[in-house]
Amino acid sequence: MALCIKHSRNVVNGLKHTMGLLRMINRSASLTHFQNVEITAPVAHDFNNPAVSFNGLLFPCRFESTEAQKHCDTDDREVLDFPGGKVALTPEMRFISESSPDCTPCYRVLDDNGRLIGSGNYVQVSEEVSVKIYNDMVTLQTMDTIFYEAQRQGRISFYVTTMGEEAINIASAAALTLDDIVFPQYREPGVLIWRGFTLEEFANQCFGNKADYGKGRQMPIHYGSNKLNYFTVSSTIATQIPHAVGAAYSLKMDKKDACAVTYFGDGGTSEGDFHAALNFAAVLEAPVVFICRNNGWAISTPTSDQFRSDGAVVRGRAYGVRSIRVDGNDALAVYSAVHAARKMAINEHRPILIEALTYRVGHHSTSDDSTKYRPVDEIEWWRLAQDPVSRFRKWIESNGWWSSDAESELRSSVRKQLLHAIQVAEKVEKPPVADLFSDVYDVTPSNLYEQEKLLRENIERHPQDYPPDVPL
Amino acid sequence: MLGIISQKVGAASSSVMVLGQSLQRIRPAVSTCRGYSSTANQMTVRDALNSALDEEMSADPKVFLMGEEVGEYQGAYKITKGLLDKYGPERVLDTPITEAGFTGIGVGAAYYGLKPVVEFMTFNFSLQAIDHIINSAAKSNYMSAGQMSVPIVFRGPNGAAAGVGAQHSHCFAAWYGSCPGLKVLAPYSSEDARGLLKAAIRDPDPVVFLENELLYGESFPVSAEALDSSFCLPIGKAKIEKEGKDVTITAFSKMVGYALQAAEILANEGINAEVINLRSIRPLDRSTINASVRKTNRLVTVEEGFPQHGVGAEICASVVEDSFGYLDAPVERICGADVPMPYAANLERMAVPQVEDIVRAAKRVCYRDAKMAAAA
Repeated sequence: MALCIKHSRNVVNGLKHTMGLLRMINRSASLTHFQNVEITAPVAHDFNNPAVSFNGLLFPCRFESTEAQKHCDTDDREVLDFPGGKVALTPEMRFISESSPDCTPCYRVLDDNGRLIGSGNYVQVSEEVSVKIYNDMVTLQTMDTIFYEAQRQGRISFYVTTMGEEAINIASAAALTLDDIVFPQYREPGVLIWRGFTLEEFANQCFGNKADYGKGRQMPIHYGSNKLNYFTVSSTIATQIPHAVGAAYSLKMDKKDACAVTYFGDGGTSEGDFHAALNFAAVLEAPVVFICRNNGWAISTPTSDQFRSDGAVVRGRAYGVRSIRVDGNDALAVYSAVHAARKMAINEHRPILIEALTYRVGHHSTSDDSTKYRPVDEIEWWRLAQDPVSRFRKWIESNGWWSSDAESELRSSVRKQLLHAIQVAEKVEKPPVADLFSDVYDVTPSNLYEQEKLLRENIERHPQDYPPDVPL
Repeated sequence: MLGIISQKVGAASSSVMVLGQSLQRIRPAVSTCRGYSSTANQMTVRDALNSALDEEMSADPKVFLMGEEVGEYQGAYKITKGLLDKYGPERVLDTPITEAGFTGIGVGAAYYGLKPVVEFMTFNFSLQAIDHIINSAAKSNYMSAGQMSVPIVFRGPNGAAAGVGAQHSHCFAAWYGSCPGLKVLAPYSSEDARGLLKAAIRDPDPVVFLENELLYGESFPVSAEALDSSFCLPIGKAKIEKEGKDVTITAFSKMVGYALQAAEILANEGINAEVINLRSIRPLDRSTINASVRKTNRLVTVEEGFPQHGVGAEICASVVEDSFGYLDAPVERICGADVPMPYAANLERMAVPQVEDIVRAAKRVCYRDAKMAAAA
């Protein structure tokens, strides 16, 4: 990444804008400097096949770029017949460069002001879907604000916001079907919102009451829903990535018209699981879409300390995985890329890697104060100038699909619903004693029944030693 | 290392295969006229495992195998022999060499409804994948409140073999046995291997299945019942291999054989030992163990693993908690030496329990030790 930084300054000035999160920002630069950068549209250079049609219906695409590695140009040259294929021999001793001269460009559809860039190389989205995308982004934004405050008031123990990453959450979910199975990290509750998880269901999980589908067994934000094909959030980083590949393999064996989708951050790409999963997915030809939310920060670790490659996107090629970099704050770009990726994954039995560039506007979690390690003006620039929600709002407004009346009505209604959901969830009973022992195994073994019996006897004999809020 | 192992296996497997083929011919006849078979057939543990995998794959299309060398190479120890040809590469999956990768992928496949049987070339290498075994497989059903079951089997050779050093000889029974959410099985005989592996594959929970490399080529008598494709052993039940009244000896895997040999020697000296084959490390059959100790009043535990926090330590604790008043002597634990396994054959022998160690311990708890007798 460090090498790219130098090049990008000279070569693609416009990229500075989107790549700011990658700490190419000159820290002394003023806010206005960035706002005035002229944007050149780095639209989908990889999509150079004329057969590719982004009309939203047909994707007969077979991108030329992906075939490159299989066809070493061996004409008129001596070749080594290696088990992996024919390899041309050369008298030149030439090391492959650790980076290409330019950073991989970032696919974008809408500019900062919500205007279409270029000729509209994107998947059409209907008014109905667009308005739902916007509704759900606002819902996510509001949910974050209110749950965050609830944590600060001591009503829940922990929370993780998704601020700044609303477009990746909602637009990617919109481009999938309910049959596609999701293996989330923990900053993708928007996928659940899109799929119909209610605000009451979110609140029940965060308050760990008896209505929580996880029976109060996990920290707040570790949502899961069988019904919505959303696997329960795991705290360990990146373990969901190979799980997604395994599930994708199941889908392929069952010949389902669906793929597995997994989300992870830039930090997650340093875990061994990321590398193993990409390699396995390529080898198993598994229909899986890897979505890397490169938000610039893994808690306090900037991407410059995370890797020296050109982000995550270039790693796809090393494993034989087709990949694209998109502007994660552009809902239309995310929607289009995920829509195309899904089709390719299912129809061609192949994994796809999407690196969405974005910025974690909030702290890592409620246990973190990110102003201790990053400049406030950097956060503010992303929060205000790059807000994915307002960018998308400008676009739907320009289409005549949204108004300021609708806006104020939506925001006040979501806020009311959320406050109500929290008040109700807070009053619901906590999980009963029996829930401590169930589900360790499919059928509870005798030693756990014994433990439960002992515990109940103890509570009866020494009630003063046990909290009063555990239903027996 | 793989080279060495595979050479050994290659040599062993030729004779094994002859047996395997003849068994294939015998089996249908056995199942049609079960009433006549009073003499037991012989079967190696390798064939027992292979036939169990074969039958479960045939019975349930969701069962599939994955691991390093399980397909084309037929398994580093030939446990998966013939299965690639029979079920194809979609169900017998050769994977890249990344334990964390294929274990994670197996867990993901289990989350979504398949029943993977993941082979580790040795359980020592499962440490590279232990995050997926513990954090993902063992905990998911509980953390998701029953929404995500993980019907998966992790199998492979565990514990000491011969001349393979510290990183191929470690026993993980106590490690996995300490973790709620997992079931841990350790077969000894061919009947154990068939019945327990079939039970493991059919079980809805994640099962760690600890085999022993040195037992693969050993033959055991198997009953007609055990050869039937419906055969299955209960998880969590120990087997009393030999009844006795003077001392209880608990063991699992290869040590069951040693305990039986020790019992024979003890019988010549007038000590009638009861040998318990644990079969299941978790759940542990505490009631069978305690009932036996209440009868014999003496206990010797045997395992190849390390003493601290070992399986024997857990059995001691259970007996002290439940049957303390019945004990007529301190419990003796026979374990592997508290050192990583040395390679040199002479030292290796000293580092793992021998039959004589068990005999001496049993005599001590029966107060029949020569030195103690002299002192008294």
